[in-house]
Amino acid sequence: MSLADRRRLVRGLLFVSPWLVGFVGLQLYPMLLSLYLSFCRYNTLTPPRFVGIENYRTMLFADEYVWTSIGNTLFMMLELPASVVLGIGTALLLNRAARAIGLFRTLYCLPYVLPSVSAGLLWLWVLNSDQGLVNALLGLLHIPGPSWLKDAQWAKPGFMLMDLWGIGGSTLIYLAALQGVPQHLHEAAELDGAGPWARFRHVTLPAVSPTVFFLVVTGALGVLQYFAQTFVMTKGQPENSTLFFGLYLFQNAFEYFRMGFACAMAWLLFLVALLATYLIFRTSARWVYYEAQEGAR
Amino acid sequence: MSRSLARLAAGAALVLFAVLFILPLLWMVSTSLQPEGQVLSGTGNALTHLIPRRLAPVNYVKALQTLHFVPYLLNTLYVCVLVVAGTLASCTVVAYGFSRLRWPGRDTLFSIMLATIMLPPAVLLLPQFVVFRSLGWVGTYKPLIVPAFLGNAFFIFLLRQFFLGIPEELTDAARIEGASEPQILWHVIAPLAKPALVTVALLCFVWSWTDFMGPLVYLSDDRMYTLTVGLASFLDRHRADWSGLMAGTTLVTTPLAVLFLLGQRFFVRGIQMTGLKG
Repeated sequence: MSLADRRRLVRGLLFVSPWLVGFVGLQLYPMLLSLYLSFCRYNTLTPPRFVGIENYRTMLFADEYVWTSIGNTLFMMLELPASVVLGIGTALLLNRAARAIGLFRTLYCLPYVLPSVSAGLLWLWVLNSDQGLVNALLGLLHIPGPSWLKDAQWAKPGFMLMDLWGIGGSTLIYLAALQGVPQHLHEAAELDGAGPWARFRHVTLPAVSPTVFFLVVTGALGVLQYFAQTFVMTKGQPENSTLFFGLYLFQNAFEYFRMGFACAMAWLLFLVALLATYLIFRTSARWVYYEAQEGAR
Repeated sequence: MSRSLARLAAGAALVLFAVLFILPLLWMVSTSLQPEGQVLSGTGNALTHLIPRRLAPVNYVKALQTLHFVPYLLNTLYVCVLVVAGTLASCTVVAYGFSRLRWPGRDTLFSIMLATIMLPPAVLLLPQFVVFRSLGWVGTYKPLIVPAFLGNAFFIFLLRQFFLGIPEELTDAARIEGASEPQILWHVIAPLAKPALVTVALLCFVWSWTDFMGPLVYLSDDRMYTLTVGLASFLDRHRADWSGLMAGTTLVTTPLAVLFLLGQRFFVRGIQMTGLKG
């Protein structure tokens, strides 16, 4: 390496050093430490004791609540397809609202900026079985509403309703994707006699598909970590029907003081997240190509 | 003819969704203004109660006191302001290093940093807790604030994209005139990047304000609580007092809603950038 190269290297590293320190000190080292702890029994009061793969074995084969929480978490993934439809649908509506787009965008996004604790508290009340807003609206349609958060069958759908209410962030991202669809494609399709549905199916949808993919993967990661809402609203009840993986991880770490076990759970989560990230990077070539094509116009 | 019908249907759907999104918020405010007994009275339902018959602003007085709103607000602002300051300072410098400087290994490190954006916070929470505990920082604001001074991968990415769009000629000219890199960053890049910096500041402020997991894990003394943790503990103490709870929720939510309304165009750009990472 030449002297000039070395000087540029030092200068570059100096500029990125805050991030580098954070990466090593707050991400790399803690992750390795927790990998070690995941093979230990550790209650934070006495020093960790190495126990081999015991935590992993307990997690996968002995602790029934882990599987309950995984089942509940997987069930929550059902909200992802719904959020794709609602996200694209609301974005299409906003995209058409030429004049009042600012106002409607605000109204659609306001729920999204609520802190999850506030949203959770509000929805405890919105989903109240006797006096709640959702059941009052269902009453208008003469549908008897369930007890939502008090009913093991309906608690998770209640959470999904709340999440879909906060769709605004995804709507904005879909809106940006829609606005990036070249107008001439729509015009060409229209000239070829394509109706609105055919134009949506063959022009709009392919153009926003990378966004759909990205939001589904990040959404899945979000569901895997689902925590604040259930911690505030139900604490995993009724009948453990809202005991999600993120909540059980937290409880193991900070309520049952099974630190090593919780670290093993965190590592399982990490491996799944790694897989999701890998998928995004593998397929990103496809959607980078879209953007490059657009830039070349 | 069918075209105008379709437009009408789309317009109706647009309004319907707006009502559905906003109704829970209106109801929150309406509940917060009604006397405690009123909302749970047997007659009528949520829709008939939407317009309060009797106003009881006293809920707010009560919520202000039992929620400890003012002290918690000050705690929250203290954390948020320091987090925003730290994030802006560190991310600007790092983003400059990743965009305007050329050095061997830059792109490798940058892709490592991009990958860390995908790292779920829940995965890091526990390992970081162990580290902060060994530093003796649990029970202080340090675990919430210090990391901000070490950059945030997403904000670095956002600023880098913006810096790349600033013409090279400007920085080259400054270099020929003998300006050092920190001077160029401060006098040339930063003023031009103001919209991006505002976006980062606003998003960072909101994320720090809404953070629940961090304060929950690291703050043990309830006098140090931030608003989100304060609200959660308020709920645990007043489970059935819906008027009071909604008053508290409204108090915690309003500052954010106002901030969003004021800085909307920056927020929209920032949120849309989150869809561009990856």
